[in-house]
Amino acid sequence: MSNADKNDYENVIFARPDIMVDRSTHFCPGCGHGIIQRLVGEALEELKLHERAICIGSIGCTVTAYEYYKVDGMEAPHGRAPAVATAIKRCRPNLVPFSIQGDGDLASIGTAEIVHAAARGEKITIIFANNATYGMTGGQLAPTTLMGMYSSSTPDGRNAAQSGFPIRVSEMLATLDGPAYIARVAVNSPANVRKAGKAINLAFRTQLAGLGFAMVEVLSMCPINWKVEPVDAPEWMVKNMIPQFPLGEFKVLPAVAALKKADRE
Amino acid sequence: MPERTLMGGNIAVGEGALLAGCQAYFGYPITPQNDLLEFMARRMPELGRVFLQTESELAAINMVYGAAAVGFRTMTSTSSPGFSLQQEGISYMAGAEMPAVIVNIMRAGPGLGNIGGAQGDYMQCTRGGGHGDYYLITLTPSTVQEMMDLTMLAFELADKYRNPVLVIADGFLGQAMEPVTIREKVKKLPEKKWAITGAKGRPKNLINSFEMNPLDHPRRIKLLLEKFERMRVHEVRYEGLNLDDADIVLVAYGSAARSAITAMNIARKNKLRVGLVRPITVFPFPYQPLADLAERGCKFVVAEMSGGQMIEDVRIAVGNQNEIKLVNSYGGVPLEADPIFETIDLLM
Repeated sequence: MSNADKNDYENVIFARPDIMVDRSTHFCPGCGHGIIQRLVGEALEELKLHERAICIGSIGCTVTAYEYYKVDGMEAPHGRAPAVATAIKRCRPNLVPFSIQGDGDLASIGTAEIVHAAARGEKITIIFANNATYGMTGGQLAPTTLMGMYSSSTPDGRNAAQSGFPIRVSEMLATLDGPAYIARVAVNSPANVRKAGKAINLAFRTQLAGLGFAMVEVLSMCPINWKVEPVDAPEWMVKNMIPQFPLGEFKVLPAVAALKKADRE
Repeated sequence: MPERTLMGGNIAVGEGALLAGCQAYFGYPITPQNDLLEFMARRMPELGRVFLQTESELAAINMVYGAAAVGFRTMTSTSSPGFSLQQEGISYMAGAEMPAVIVNIMRAGPGLGNIGGAQGDYMQCTRGGGHGDYYLITLTPSTVQEMMDLTMLAFELADKYRNPVLVIADGFLGQAMEPVTIREKVKKLPEKKWAITGAKGRPKNLINSFEMNPLDHPRRIKLLLEKFERMRVHEVRYEGLNLDDADIVLVAYGSAARSAITAMNIARKNKLRVGLVRPITVFPFPYQPLADLAERGCKFVVAEMSGGQMIEDVRIAVGNQNEIKLVNSYGGVPLEADPIFETIDLLM
């Protein structure tokens, strides 16, 4: 929290991490993405990754993720961030590539790239922002849209005969041998935000320790496309989204568990 | 004395890439370029360089994009259906100005087509190929020696212009065995200050093609267009044979040029004044040399292994006054010298 006014340091309990650019975000009111970006920024700062992190912007609401950090960045085509990150890490292993991918990006158009990066155990960090909708393009059906849920391309709600069922990516990837750490968290309450921050931090440390592929799925609010008031969105998530996408850890290699344990001691 | 050895076309591409200092190769199996991928699978790790067989050609081109962004000399190789898949990544790389080499050992399309050699991707290669305003320098070897030499040149040109460069050949040339003189290894690779290597002791670098504000985007595109114009001015390459007294000019590249040269030699034996223009770059295309020959009153025979694609560039160069005949093969069969000679004979 080096950004705090030094004269008033004692009283500062919350501030923008210095590794983040001082600017407003382009996110809608009540969106969870701003929180996710900040949690990633805190992890980068805590782990002192200013000179090593590479932020890979993917397509969707995270398209300009790289604008918010004072670290090197690049843009990946829709769904391809895990492939881009794979090459960066294999060419320059000292760099710390990461991407924040939305559910359309990661779980629909980019399924091949995420599955194979995970299966190869690429030493990269993926933050998977799941808000059950295509936010950027206006709320169409996502691979994670809930059963019965309205979307602008399922105006009568998602039904299985037409659109099948939502994908639980964390559970699916956890069946592979490549991943070292896979967890699902949420940013709907202060307590959950703290847990999400810890998981994201651990996902970066998993990469730094060379332990393998790490992904944190973050359930994120999208009130504008959920058609609920921003203030009601966290509760909407508890009622509708968490039952379909239960929070927890799905893959923790013993070496990653040791990192966690070292934390507590 | 430089080493001289017998080598296959695809392998010569791989050897050329190693000599040019290619640091990372990404590829997916597809016929007829598998021996190149297999060669790189063995040689790149031996040299401590990066090799990865990817889950798809899409992943391969995006890994090339990532490797280029961190400042590596990098390449992929594929064949026509895989090349179609790669257009997305190539467009991003052109937009983000990322240097890389893409080798397309063409086979017959459309669709799955046939694994026999063809030149049916000419339009896709010379007109950008993916979405948006961009062009790629496109080199067309016609011997195994040129497979090596032009691959090496491709890496130089990619870095010179910060743009992807294509090397296009066909399945026949990829499998051909010929003597090759091994070239000297490139000793010093260019410095890349724009690369994303970690923001250490400098402001952060950003590799992207995106402009949030539409008013900013035309400025970026204008710079790209100026770059493509510089390529048109400085990078036209072609070989001219027997042009001084030619009444008929053959135009052919790659494998088709080999048959065209044979047809030209038969014609010369029959006292027919036939010459040949062999484009070595098809973007930029040698419009001016052909226009000059047209001015002199030459007739043209375009020999290609496609439905007739390069002939459109010849028409642009030559205009409507001079006779232009197409002689071609398609569907994965070679173009032989006999039909080319017969077409010459018809024009006399």
